[in-house]
Amino acid sequence: MRLNDQKQLSQEVTPKAVFESRRELIKSAAAGAFGVALAPWFSRDALASSSQKLIATPNPNFVPKEELTSYKYVTGYNNFYEFGTDKADPAAYAESLQTRPWTVTIEGLVKKPMTIDIDALLKLAPMEERIYRMRCVEGWSMVIPWDGYSLSKLLNQVQPLGSAKYVEFVTLADRKQMPGLKSQIIEWPYREGLRLDEAMNPLTLLTFGLYGETLPKQNGAPVRLVVPWKYGFKSAKSIVKIRLTEEMPKTSWSQFDAREYGFYSNVNPMVDHPRWSQATERRIGDPKGVFAPKIKTQMFNGYGDQVASMYTGMDLKKFY
Amino acid sequence: MKALIFLLALLPLERLIWLGFTDGLGANPMEFITRSTGTWTLVFLCLTLAMTPLRLISNLTIWIRYRRMLGLFSFFYACIHFGIWLWLDLDFDLAEMWKDVVKRPFITMGFISLVLLVPLAFTSTHWAQKRLRRHWVQLHRLIYLIACTAILHYWWHKAGKNDLDTVSIYAAIVFLLLCCRIPYIRNILSRRSSI
Repeated sequence: MRLNDQKQLSQEVTPKAVFESRRELIKSAAAGAFGVALAPWFSRDALASSSQKLIATPNPNFVPKEELTSYKYVTGYNNFYEFGTDKADPAAYAESLQTRPWTVTIEGLVKKPMTIDIDALLKLAPMEERIYRMRCVEGWSMVIPWDGYSLSKLLNQVQPLGSAKYVEFVTLADRKQMPGLKSQIIEWPYREGLRLDEAMNPLTLLTFGLYGETLPKQNGAPVRLVVPWKYGFKSAKSIVKIRLTEEMPKTSWSQFDAREYGFYSNVNPMVDHPRWSQATERRIGDPKGVFAPKIKTQMFNGYGDQVASMYTGMDLKKFY
Repeated sequence: MKALIFLLALLPLERLIWLGFTDGLGANPMEFITRSTGTWTLVFLCLTLAMTPLRLISNLTIWIRYRRMLGLFSFFYACIHFGIWLWLDLDFDLAEMWKDVVKRPFITMGFISLVLLVPLAFTSTHWAQKRLRRHWVQLHRLIYLIACTAILHYWWHKAGKNDLDTVSIYAAIVFLLLCCRIPYIRNILSRRSSI
């Protein structure tokens, strides 16, 4: 796919009106066949939230050959348990998330701790568009055009001390804004973490947008992390605090079940999840629908060239 | 009435086919049809188990006339559920299937549930009932065990993400339905109906 094609793609998002009128058509057709009461059940609706344009320069190093996942699925099929456990919940309930005013506090083992406002954060470094594969631990994947800049740009500003070995990310947890917090699925707030060298790796993207727009609320607005060689849950959404530590931070899913969700969670087809194999994945939105063939999962999600050296000599079966 | 239940029981399948043709299965169609057929297997299993308590409470034997059909529909959706997995997930690779059944407890439970349903489906005829007599009743008590293995299958599938709200509701319903089989509670239910 060429770069100018992508520009076009981001404008090919189905306008909401057309999308809805098509839905109505399907609904009325369903109603004719099965009675009005069943119509809503026979046509499943998705919601999308409004976003603003975000100017970003496409980075030619990150243009995979794969087809982009449609905006509809990128923004309608999400794991964001603060808004419910169903994949459709975030799109349906994230409207209540207040993304402004928003500040991110960077603290811990740094020379210059700071609390920075989202507007200052947006201007901290030039915005790039990078198209990354996103592999979820559940065995599905997407290809998403993200907008952001390397997290290292922010970390260099606060100057990590020599004693800092890890970076912890704390995300928002507010019962008033997040209906999912009613269920104690994990200990809120959701926490994630990286080793400092992973956090400084140029691939690790501090992300503010997708498809050339500011992040929709269900995708972790206003600022999230994208770590493309690790399973999706490592990419924390709606971040409010970044802490540099000497000890490995306790991350939410590892705390819940360390056997299923390791700290590293690098995409690895050789290390099975206890409940399923990770050797293959399903690409979301494959036009073949239920007959879509499974794709072979790549080591480090295909980003080995840029990240494998960080794990030299480590037993990735043990440090999964 | 039976014909109506038959048509209603086919609706979940018709809906999936309809959604399949109208691009309505969502972002992850495989997951959607797998979960939907699994859910309907369990719903029909619960309905099957509800017929006896309804008979006891209402003192009408009409309920038992629907029990066989509901049970067979549970088996029908279980076969589709299993078939989707075997075909679209495993591509009929039986060695791979067996590896999964042995290695992953939640699949073990699902598989046991299906295997145990098979003799019940095959002996659901009047003819089998007459031939087996006493043994028929004993054999068909397997459904109580199947209800437990089915819930475990679902529970362990969801436990990994600690997403237990829905499965808890089903577990509670199955628990209540099984409680109705305890002689003491059975008597209470039928006594209520004779007042």
